[in-house]
Amino acid sequence: MRYSIINVLKQGLAGQKGWQAAWRDATPKPQYDVVIVGGGGHGLATAYYLAKLHGITNVAVLEKGWIGSGNTGRNTTIVRSNYLLPGNEPFYEHSLKLWEGMSRDLNFNVMFSQRGVLNLCHSDAQRDAYARRGNAMLMMGADAELLDADQVRRMVRGLDFQNPRFPITGGLLQRRGGTARHDAVAWGYARAASELGVDIIQNCEVTGFVRDDDRITAVETSRGRIAAGKVGLAVAGHSSLLAEMAGIRLPIESHVLQAFVSEGLKPWIDTVVTFGAGHFYISQSDKGGLVFGGDIDGYASYAQRGNLPVVEHVAAGAVALFPALGRVRLLRSWGGVMDMTPDGSPIIGKLPIGNLYMTGGWCYGGFKATPASGWCLAHTIANDAPHALNEAMSLERFARGRAIDERGAGPRPNLH
Amino acid sequence: MSQAFRLGSGGRIDRSASLRFRFDGQSFQGHPGDTLASALLANGVHLVGRSFKYHRPRGIMTAGSEEPNALVQLAPAKARTEPNVRATVVELKNGLVAESQNRWPSLGFDLGQLNDVLSPLFPAGFYYKTFMWPKAFWERVYEPRIRAIAGLGVAPAKPDPDRYLHRHAHCDVLVVGGGPAGIAAALEAGRSGKRVILVDEQAELGGGLLALPDAAVEGLDELAALPEVRVLTRTTCTGYYDHNYLVMLERVTDHLAEPDPDLPRQRLWRVRAGEVVLATGALERPLVFRGNDRPGVMLASAARAYVNRWAVRLGSRAVVFTNNDTAYAAAFDLHRAGIEVGCIVDVRPEPKGKLVAEARELGIRIRAGSVVTGTEGPLRVNQAVVAPLDQAGGIGGYLGTVEPCDLLLVSGGWNPNVGLFSQARGRLRFDDALAAFVTGDASLPREQRLRSVGGAAGDFSGFDAPPTPLLPIWAVPSDRRGKAFVDFQNDVTAKDLGLALTEGLRSIEHVKRFTTTGMGTDQGKTSNVNALAIVAETLAKPVAEVGTTTFRPPYVPVTFGALVGHSRGDLFDVERRTAMHDLAVARGAVFEDVGNWKRAWYFPKPGEDMHAAVVRETRQVREAGGILDASTLGKIDVQGRDARTFLNRVYTNAWSKLAPGMCRYGLMLRDDGMVYDDGVTACLDDRHFHMTTTTGGAPRVLAWLEDLLQTEWPELEVYLTSVTEQWATMAVNGPLAREILAPLVEDCDLAAEAFPHMAWRAARIAGVQGRIFRISFTGELAFEVNVPADQGAAVLAAILEVAEPRGVTLYGTETMHVLRAEKGFIIVGQETDGTTTPIDLGMDWIVAKKKGDFIGKRGLERPDLVAGDRKQLVGLLTKDQKTVLVEGAQVVATPTGRVPWPMLGHVTSAYASPNAGRPIALALVAGGHARHGQTLWVPMPGKRPIPVEITAPVFFDPENKRLHG
Repeated sequence: MRYSIINVLKQGLAGQKGWQAAWRDATPKPQYDVVIVGGGGHGLATAYYLAKLHGITNVAVLEKGWIGSGNTGRNTTIVRSNYLLPGNEPFYEHSLKLWEGMSRDLNFNVMFSQRGVLNLCHSDAQRDAYARRGNAMLMMGADAELLDADQVRRMVRGLDFQNPRFPITGGLLQRRGGTARHDAVAWGYARAASELGVDIIQNCEVTGFVRDDDRITAVETSRGRIAAGKVGLAVAGHSSLLAEMAGIRLPIESHVLQAFVSEGLKPWIDTVVTFGAGHFYISQSDKGGLVFGGDIDGYASYAQRGNLPVVEHVAAGAVALFPALGRVRLLRSWGGVMDMTPDGSPIIGKLPIGNLYMTGGWCYGGFKATPASGWCLAHTIANDAPHALNEAMSLERFARGRAIDERGAGPRPNLH
Repeated sequence: MSQAFRLGSGGRIDRSASLRFRFDGQSFQGHPGDTLASALLANGVHLVGRSFKYHRPRGIMTAGSEEPNALVQLAPAKARTEPNVRATVVELKNGLVAESQNRWPSLGFDLGQLNDVLSPLFPAGFYYKTFMWPKAFWERVYEPRIRAIAGLGVAPAKPDPDRYLHRHAHCDVLVVGGGPAGIAAALEAGRSGKRVILVDEQAELGGGLLALPDAAVEGLDELAALPEVRVLTRTTCTGYYDHNYLVMLERVTDHLAEPDPDLPRQRLWRVRAGEVVLATGALERPLVFRGNDRPGVMLASAARAYVNRWAVRLGSRAVVFTNNDTAYAAAFDLHRAGIEVGCIVDVRPEPKGKLVAEARELGIRIRAGSVVTGTEGPLRVNQAVVAPLDQAGGIGGYLGTVEPCDLLLVSGGWNPNVGLFSQARGRLRFDDALAAFVTGDASLPREQRLRSVGGAAGDFSGFDAPPTPLLPIWAVPSDRRGKAFVDFQNDVTAKDLGLALTEGLRSIEHVKRFTTTGMGTDQGKTSNVNALAIVAETLAKPVAEVGTTTFRPPYVPVTFGALVGHSRGDLFDVERRTAMHDLAVARGAVFEDVGNWKRAWYFPKPGEDMHAAVVRETRQVREAGGILDASTLGKIDVQGRDARTFLNRVYTNAWSKLAPGMCRYGLMLRDDGMVYDDGVTACLDDRHFHMTTTTGGAPRVLAWLEDLLQTEWPELEVYLTSVTEQWATMAVNGPLAREILAPLVEDCDLAAEAFPHMAWRAARIAGVQGRIFRISFTGELAFEVNVPADQGAAVLAAILEVAEPRGVTLYGTETMHVLRAEKGFIIVGQETDGTTTPIDLGMDWIVAKKKGDFIGKRGLERPDLVAGDRKQLVGLLTKDQKTVLVEGAQVVATPTGRVPWPMLGHVTSAYASPNAGRPIALALVAGGHARHGQTLWVPMPGKRPIPVEITAPVFFDPENKRLHG
C-alpha cells in the first residue's frame, strides 16, 4: 500500500488493519544475477538502484542479522557534503542531492532535515583551513558559508565563546546538511527494492565464496549455497573479513566508534554543531535527545561496544562547548565497527576478482554516503566499470599513491 | 492540609522534623527520610506528569530508579535546574522546588491530551508514511511542530555551577547492591580481610528489606567495624567494562538543602575489582492491560514500600492484580495499615498455599482465574473492571464486573536485575518458571570475574512471598477499545507492537526501533520483558528465540558533569605557557594558540594594530635584529648506542657523519612519503642528540617515535625523553645578533669562523650555563639561545637590556611567519597538509638517494607520487603588486569559469611583505614547478578573480648572503 496521508487516515479509521509488511521476508532462491552481501543502507540502496536504474531485478540482499543492524542503525545520522578534495566532494554532493529527493523517491519519510551543519573554528589556522574547504566546496557546486563569531552566536544557543583554549571565532556552515532518521533509510530502501522484485533475505550469513578461476560462482551461506552472477560487498565494519573469504587482503582496520544520546529535552540545538578541535559533534533529534559522538576508541576491534575513556573525553568536549550540559544526563552509549582505511576515504569499485565489487572503508562517514554509495556500486556492477563519481575511490589508489586524504593523517587507519 | 495521607505511625521517616517543598507551585510538607514521590503521595498527589506522546495523565508507578512515569523538573529556571528527574529517587530536602513536565497549560488540564483522542491516526511509525508532500513542508511545518511537542524537561540555560570529581579505586571484592544478599556477601569477604567496596543506590543499606513492615537490617554494625570494607550509599554502579572495570556514580550533595562548597556535587568512581558480586536484586514487572497507566496504578512492591517505609496511606480502597504470590504480601500490609483491599485478582485459576489461606483469614476476597480487563478514572483510577479468563485465555465476551478502587496494585512477576551482568557480556537465559531472563554465569568471558547472588541470580528464597508459582500473562485481554501500555514513558502499546509485526518488522530490534519501546530514560527496565514476550506470543515463538535487547551502559542516566569531572573550563585542555610568558605579557604581547601553547603573536606599540605591528617588527628584524620566544618547539633528547641509526631511519637525509658540535635540518616523512614534521637536530656526542620538532607536532612525534622503537625496531637501543619544558629557547636574529650576544656570552667565541652556521656550542649566557645553536628561520644571522627553563625569563631580560637600545625588538609568531615566507621556508601544517611530499615542496635535496632505508622511501616511489601533475610549492605575486591574497583561496587556470570549476591548487600563505616591498604568497599548484612565469587566477567569492604570477618561492635574499653574515 502506498504511504500517504490519505492511507494513514483511512487506516486510522480502520484500526490499522490494512497495512502489509514493508518488504517481503524472502527465502533464498538457488540463483541470482547479483548477490549483495550486507543488508545495511548501502547494500539495500545498491539493490534498489540496480533494479530501478539498471533494470537488474534478479537480485538478493543477504543480511546475517536484521536489516540495518550494523552501522546504518548505530550512527549519529549526520548528512553533509562539506568535503575538500576533488576525489570526494562531487561524490558527496551527489549523495546530498539524492538525500534531498529520497523520501519521495522511496515513498518513505526518512525525515531528512536540512537543519545545517556547522563546523566551529577556534584559531586563525583553522579558519584558513575552513576557508580553503569552503572555497573548494563552492567551486565544486556545493553550498558553504564562512561565519564569524556573531553569526554563530545568532545560530546556536548556549555555546561557550570564551573557552580558554577554544574560543569560538567562527565556523563553516553548510545549510543543506542536516540529519535523517537512520533506521528509516534501511527500511525505506528495503521496501522500495522489494517492490521492484529484490529479495531481502535476513538471518542469512555469508560463510564463504565458491570460486572458479577468476570468478565467484556462488556464495556459501548459513542458509545454503546461492549461485551468483556478480557479487557486491556492502559490509562496512567487516569488509576485511568478507574480502578475506574471497582471498583478498584489504588495507582496512576495524575500529570501534561510540555514539551517545542524552535524555529527551525540549528543543535546544537546532543545527548540527561540530567541534573538531575538541573531537565532538552534536545534534538534537526530533524526539528531543541530544545525539553526539567523538573519536574512535583507538584500538582495533570488532565489538559493537566501547570503553570509558572515550565516553569521558566526549562528555568533556560536550561541556566545553555547552557548559550548561553539566546537569543534563547521558542516557545511552553504543558502539559501531568502522572500516578504517589508510587515507580516510572509502573504497567503491571492482576488486581483483572478475565479478566481485565492493563498497566499504567508510571510516565513520558512511551514513551520509548511503544513497550515492549504493548508486555508484549499482552503476559499477551493472557496467563492470566505475562511474566518474567513484573512479577515484578505487582499491588501486593505495598502491599507486593517489590517496584521497581529507585529513592529511596518512596511512595509519586509526588516525582518520 | 498537610500530609493528610500519612499513616499515624510507622515508617522510616523522621516525624520530629518537617520539610517544606513545592510542586507545581503548591506548597507541601514532608519528613526527612521521604523521597519526593513518597512526600507527594503522603499529600495525596498521585498525578505527577504527562506522557511523552499522548500526554496521558501519569502517576507514580515504582519506588526506585526504574520509574518510567514520575519525571519532574527540579529547581525550574535556576542554574541548578535539572530535567527528567525521577521523583522516586529524589530525597526530600527543605525548600525543594519541582515542576511537572510536558504539559500545557497545566498538569490537570493539558491540551496535549488531544493527541490521545487522535491517537488512532498516529500509531507507531505513522511519521514514516506521511509528511512527504509538499516537500518543503517537512522542514518548515511538520518537523518543527513535532520537535516542539517532543522532548520532556528543559535543559538548563546557564553554565552548571557545581563541581564534580573522579576517583579511582581498587578492591578485592566489589559488591553491587546493599540488600540482604549484598550485605552477606560483603560481610563474608570482609571477614577474611579482603578489601571490599559495597555500593548501594539508596541513602541507606537494606535494599528490599526496607520495604518490609518493621524492617530490621542486620549486619550493619559488623560491616562498619571491618577495617577493609568501604560502604558507599547513594552510589549507583552504572557501567561494567572489560577486565572488571566498573563505573559508579556517587551523589554526594544532591540530598542537601544547600550544596556544601567543600564537596563535589557528584563523584564518579572508576573501580578495578578482583571479583564482582552482583547483588542488584530484582525488579517487579507491570501487567499490560487497558488503562494500566492511570495514576493510582502501581507496582505491588512499590505500594508495599510506600506503606511500610514511608507510612503513606496510598488510597482508601485497593484492588490487587497479580499472577504470582508476591503481591499477596503487599495486600496484607495494606490491609494492616487500614487500607481496604477490595479483592485480589489472581490470574492463576487455583492459587494455593498459606498466603491464600491468610488472605481468607483477613477477609480479603480472591478472584482467581481472573484478570483486570481495564480501568477507568479521569486523572486517577476510580475503578477496575474484572473478568474471569476462559479456557482459551480470553474473556469470552464477558463484560466484567466493576471493582471501585483508587489504588490498583499490579504484579506481573519479577525480572532479575541483570543489566550489569549483561554489560559484562554475560549471556542471558529465559527461565520459564520465573518467566524472566536469568544469568548464565558459565557464559562469561574469562577476564570478567563476577558472580550474581540473591534476586539478581534468580534466587528469591529471601522473599517473604517468592514470585513462584507464576502464571505468565502478557497481553491481558481487554473489555473494550483502549490503550494497554508496554512502555509507559514512550507511550508504546501492545497494539503498536502488533502493528510493527504486521509491517514486517519482526526482529525484536526492529520492533524496538519502530515503536521506540525500551528507549526512554528508564531504558526499558519495566517494559523490555513484556515487549519481548508479547512479540513472541504474537509470532508464536518461544521468548528465547525472539532474543533480548542489548543492555547498554549506563545502567541509569549519568550527568555529563560527573563524566567530565575536572576536565572543564580552564582544565578542559590545559593551556601551556613558556618561561618567558609573563615577560611577553608585560611587553603587551597579543597571544595566539598553537597546539596547547600560548605564543606571543605580535607586540603592538600604542596605537598599532596587528598589521602595523607586524610591518614594524619585520623591518626591525632585518634592519637591526629581533628576538623570538621559540621555547614551544618540541625538544626530544635522543640517547643510546643506536641513536644515529635511528635518526637515519626517521629522517630523509643522512646523519652518519654529523659531528659533535654540529646541527642538521631534517624532514620526517610518514610511511606514505608525506611530510610529517621537521626540525633541527644537534649532535651532542656520538650517542646523544638534541632533536627539535614543530610546536604542534611535538606530542605526536614523540608518541610516534616511541611507537616505532617499541614495536618496529625493538632491537635499537635508543632512549627518548621529552625536554620541551626543560629548556627556554630564544632566537636572536638579525644583523646585530652577534654584537648583542657577545657581551653576555662566556666560554664561547661567536665569530663566524669559530662558530659557523649550523653549529652549536655550550656557553654561559648572562651567567647561566646553556647551549647556543647557530640556526636561522629568518634567513638572517641568528643564534638560538637555550637555557634551563627557570632561568629563561632572567636571561631574556638580560639580552633585552643590551638589545633594545640598539633597535632590536621582541617579535611574535606572525612576524616569524612573514620572515620565513620571504625566504620560502615552509611551515609543516601550513605549506603541507599531510598530502605533500618533499618533492612537491621542491626539497628533493633533502631526500638521500644513497643511504639505506628510511620511513617514506618506498612510499615516495609509488607511480602517482612521481607524476608531474601533483600540487607543488610555488610563489605567487599579485599582478597589481598591492593585493594581499587570502590563505585558503583556490587557484584556477582562467579568469572565468562555471561550477564545477577545476582547481589547480590553493594559497597556503599570504602576507604583506615590507622587506620584499610587495605582497607575497606561497601556494601549492598542480605542476607548479613547471609553471614559473605563468599567469593564473585566484577567484574570490563575490569578487573578480585576482591575476597572479607564478614564481619561485623565495622573495628575499635569494643568495643567502645575510645568513652567513
